[in-house]
Amino acid sequence: MAYSEKLLDHYENPRNVGSFDKNESTVGTGLVGAPACGDVMKLQIRVSAEGIIEDAKFKTFGCGSAIASSSLITEWVKGKTIAEAGAIKNSQIAEELALPPVKIHCSILAEDAIKAAISDYNTKNGKAAAEAAE
Amino acid sequence: MNELKAKPIYLDYQATTPTDPRVVDAMLPYFYEKFGNAHSRNHSFGWEAEDAIELARGQVATIIGASPKEVIFTSGATESNNLALKGVMKFYGKKKPHMITTVTEHKCVLDSARHLEQEGYKVTYLPVQKNGMVDLETLKAAITDETALVSIMAVHNEIGVIQPLKEIGEICRERGVFFHCDAAQAVGKIPLDVNDMKIDLMSISGHKLYGPKGVGALFVRRRPRVRVVAQITGGGQERGMRSGTLPTPLIVGFGKACDIALNEMAEENARIMELRNYTLKRFRDRLEDIYLNGDEENRVAGNLNISFAYVEGESLLMGIKNIAVSSGSACTSASLEPSYVLRALGVDEELAHTSLRIGIGRFTTREELDQAIDAICNEVERLREMSPLWEMAQEGIDIKSIEWAEH
Repeated sequence: MAYSEKLLDHYENPRNVGSFDKNESTVGTGLVGAPACGDVMKLQIRVSAEGIIEDAKFKTFGCGSAIASSSLITEWVKGKTIAEAGAIKNSQIAEELALPPVKIHCSILAEDAIKAAISDYNTKNGKAAAEAAE
Repeated sequence: MNELKAKPIYLDYQATTPTDPRVVDAMLPYFYEKFGNAHSRNHSFGWEAEDAIELARGQVATIIGASPKEVIFTSGATESNNLALKGVMKFYGKKKPHMITTVTEHKCVLDSARHLEQEGYKVTYLPVQKNGMVDLETLKAAITDETALVSIMAVHNEIGVIQPLKEIGEICRERGVFFHCDAAQAVGKIPLDVNDMKIDLMSISGHKLYGPKGVGALFVRRRPRVRVVAQITGGGQERGMRSGTLPTPLIVGFGKACDIALNEMAEENARIMELRNYTLKRFRDRLEDIYLNGDEENRVAGNLNISFAYVEGESLLMGIKNIAVSSGSACTSASLEPSYVLRALGVDEELAHTSLRIGIGRFTTREELDQAIDAICNEVERLREMSPLWEMAQEGIDIKSIEWAEH
């Protein structure tokens, strides 16, 4: 399969690989996918008091497209507000990395991962109601 | 990016093999100088081609202990398997509409069986044991008075296990059932004797044993006689079982490849086995949580199929693009399903996604393997550092205890 230069760059030099302590109140963790399906993404965000995502980390078990999608989204969410990060669409990821059609699910998983991380952060900080109201 | 410029290393000998230069040399005269049609009975061009084909037929027969009259040339093992299954069932199926095969057969056997089912024939798909071997008691129990055919492969293309052919042959002969053996991965790799093993039909492929692509054979036993209904009809060549002009250069090459394999098998196997054991030991010494798929003892020399837990197969292949191996990962298949073979062995789906098949063959060197082992280990370590599953395993979390949202 021929992959784009950007995708290969993210695969070969993934950004923001690692983990935060998931018990910290400023950290939101999203764990999506399933090992049996061949991809699992863990995406974490560290959020400032002002609601800005200061830092993001990921770990991914999956194909090159899944690794690249998660690497890219960690770059994108940094500096964004939670609301902005939550509005990122899988189609933007797919377009940026020029994902082939069979790999679109990797970008969907990345979108799910950021949403799950935001949701975890909100739950921890009693903001579930606020999110629901949005 | 020096890696990209380096000469790629071929470790996918189960997919295909390079044509041995000695085979190419034998083939060349039959393209231009000796181009006759072997079925032209009234001039020297035809006789010359016919002589060459009959020599090759003898070479193919010899490597499996058959008579040349029992060898039918085809376009390859896929066609041979189609002819064996459909040909036998359509001839004997009125009285005996049942056949038996295994769930881990090659797709061309399984698909032929599916087609037969659609036409009303009955097929039993035997499970295999965790090590990939057929259980002989299960086989015995599956045979009924309506069974015409048992089709079980000799050497597995993905996991390399060698089935107990002689025992299967004895069971089939005793019960009056024909035994077809898909030996595409076996001929030239393990000693075979169709009489000793009581095999009634055997499929052979040219390009798996350093011969050309596009040619194969089906052995069809004459005593006791096995009848097949031709699937390709026309001029009645190959004793009416497979019409079409024989491709002389391909057949000459196929024969030569069998001849070389027969003479060099023992020595070659010893060398390949040593390389395989060396490779497996190096992987085991350096990496934890790796699993060999398929039986370690009953295994063809040139096959390693290893699951590298916590690392998805396609991402591993992307990281070692200079090395040609194949993966059981879903992402490398058109269907997005992990290998049905590994699943049939009871390998967990998550481990099926992490498997690599490493094929060692005639032209593999220890230097190539060293490079490949280093590259694979480096990449496995890099990807494990990136894998949330590896992290959980290190923290002592059982990934099976988590409720995953399967998508």
